[in-house]
Amino acid sequence: MSFERIKEKLNILADAAKYDISCSSSGSKRVNKGGLGNSDGVGICHSYTEDGRCVSLLKILLTNYCIFDCAYCVTRKSNDVKRAAFKIEEVVSLTMNFYRRNYIEGLFLSSGIFKSPDYTMERLVQVAKKLRLEENFNGYIHLKSIPGASDELMREAGLYADRLSVNIEIPTISGLKLLAPDKKHEDFIKPMEAVKDAIQIYQSEKKIIRSIPKYAPAGQSTQMIVGATGESDRDVMYSAAYYYKKFKMKRVYYSGYIPVANDSRLPALGSPVPLLRENRLYQTDWLLRFYGFDIRELLNEENQNLDLDIDPKLSWALRNRALFPLDINKADKLLLARVPGIGLKSVYKIIEARKYRKLNWEHLKKIGLAFNRAKYFVICDSGDYEKRDLSSLQIKGMILHNSTSKFREDYGIQLNLFTS
Amino acid sequence: MKTQHVLIYDGSFKGFLTLIFTVFEEKIEVSAISPEESVQSDMFSSPTFITTDLEKYNRVKLGLKKVLSASADKQLYFAFLSEIKGIEMQLLHYIKEAFRNKNFSSTDFGNPVVLKINQVSKMVSREKHRMEAFVRFQLTKEDIFFATIEPDFNVLPLILKHFESRYADQKWIIYDLKRNFGLFYNLQKTSYINLEFNRDHKEKSDKSSIYKHCEKEFQQLWQEYFSSTNIKSRKNMKLHLQHVPKRYWKYLTEKSSWQN
Repeated sequence: MSFERIKEKLNILADAAKYDISCSSSGSKRVNKGGLGNSDGVGICHSYTEDGRCVSLLKILLTNYCIFDCAYCVTRKSNDVKRAAFKIEEVVSLTMNFYRRNYIEGLFLSSGIFKSPDYTMERLVQVAKKLRLEENFNGYIHLKSIPGASDELMREAGLYADRLSVNIEIPTISGLKLLAPDKKHEDFIKPMEAVKDAIQIYQSEKKIIRSIPKYAPAGQSTQMIVGATGESDRDVMYSAAYYYKKFKMKRVYYSGYIPVANDSRLPALGSPVPLLRENRLYQTDWLLRFYGFDIRELLNEENQNLDLDIDPKLSWALRNRALFPLDINKADKLLLARVPGIGLKSVYKIIEARKYRKLNWEHLKKIGLAFNRAKYFVICDSGDYEKRDLSSLQIKGMILHNSTSKFREDYGIQLNLFTS
Repeated sequence: MKTQHVLIYDGSFKGFLTLIFTVFEEKIEVSAISPEESVQSDMFSSPTFITTDLEKYNRVKLGLKKVLSASADKQLYFAFLSEIKGIEMQLLHYIKEAFRNKNFSSTDFGNPVVLKINQVSKMVSREKHRMEAFVRFQLTKEDIFFATIEPDFNVLPLILKHFESRYADQKWIIYDLKRNFGLFYNLQKTSYINLEFNRDHKEKSDKSSIYKHCEKEFQQLWQEYFSSTNIKSRKNMKLHLQHVPKRYWKYLTEKSSWQN
């Protein structure tokens, strides 16, 4: 292959793929039988770009030619950008050669939609098939499900891919109508449904016949753009909770909108990316998936948007003071996980350690909980605890006063209210 | 008062467990333990050298398996590989408690020694994971994928399995320049090797004589990819440096160029 030409294609097609933020390579299991590569459930980030994002997979588009004209997308038909297309063998060769040098965990292949959804999906599947069957490649493969692709192709895709994903992109149906008039909401839902069903069928058959092949062992994921259509955090997270539940998503990703067009329907070019908001949404996502929270506890009619100046767990705790303080040496595991400043690793250590002795502040600080936040919400085997009757607003002010955040300048004005 | 002894061993894990055996057997009061190569000459008491003995090593190893859970046994080994100054005394303390205290538990995190070993083993485990991520192979003219590293801790023995099962169909070498030994996989098995580097020759002069022609091209493609996949409007160097500390840069293809 011609090196210069490949280099140019790689530039164009990696640049166009980078707005898909998922780079996860975890959750799959493939054993290497004399070929190349494996995956043992733990993802590896081989590098990090200057924006601080993990580089785990070779993330490229097969082509950025596209018949659709979605306003939020850099690859939209009407955008005047350089176009390119990889040949199937070129993607295979890049993947193999990058993998052999330990640059990547595998391939994340997406594509603009050329000719038709099925035509596009078929080519994505061919790449994965060639890697698995001809190259004996057992690394990680993430394929995009192309909205509108047939169920048969989706079924085949899952036989070679570890993960499949279709990006919902716009969290609300009204937003989708406004920004992507060519696409129908059902077109996104159909492949999700197909993948979810296939995963269930293969899993139940595998219980009976062990030789049944794996189907998308790392499940499926989706992505939503935030800040493009004026949606609330509640809109975003209620959608996310729906996709987790309905389609058994492994992950929902939130992508702060990066202006890629001058379009009156969207934030102007040069508008800042809502990074802090994105961060709060991820924190909320974690609280849902690992900390036992119900989304309605965190976002509801009275609280439609997350606080920007404090994290969602602290916000929740400040609204629910009646539950606190908890006794570190007695409280239930699920309740401990709800204390601001105590993460799941600390919960585990506390639960274990308190079997052997009563824990005091010294123990807890060494174990590594965030004392500055936790001290207002727990008591332990030390006489020295917060005895003042503080209001939630006072506690918030004190916590903010004693902490630093890289986002501080974003909410500096609000902070002054508490410290003055 | 009993005399306090300074013990010296060869720096290996086998040597260390032999030392543990001797301490228990001869009821030695130990004030310091140090690997041979880092012995300081200004020590007051004359140190005793413990010679590695496989039989003694095996007995302690078996004994530990009886009193420690599998994960605690692993933590002990990981913490040892940290090579942190004074870690041997902490480990001796840990092992003494494990053998003598019926209620000993490796999850008794209120116990400072237990917590310490747990935390150090976490640090080593992080470095292991980092090396699984940061190794960058270059293809030599002899068809060997070759990588050099300088890990903070001695993690080569810990990453062997990962690379062996992943890169089963290619020959590879991962060489620890700091500790001057490496792993070599020859398509059948992995063994430990020592290489002599000619220090007079600057690496840049013979890079293209060592590596295949295509190597340079793939490195350039990877660098192109690395910069194309970055989103400039999200630039966050603090986070970047937190994940990829500068001390690792010189071995990362995407952070250094062919000429360097």
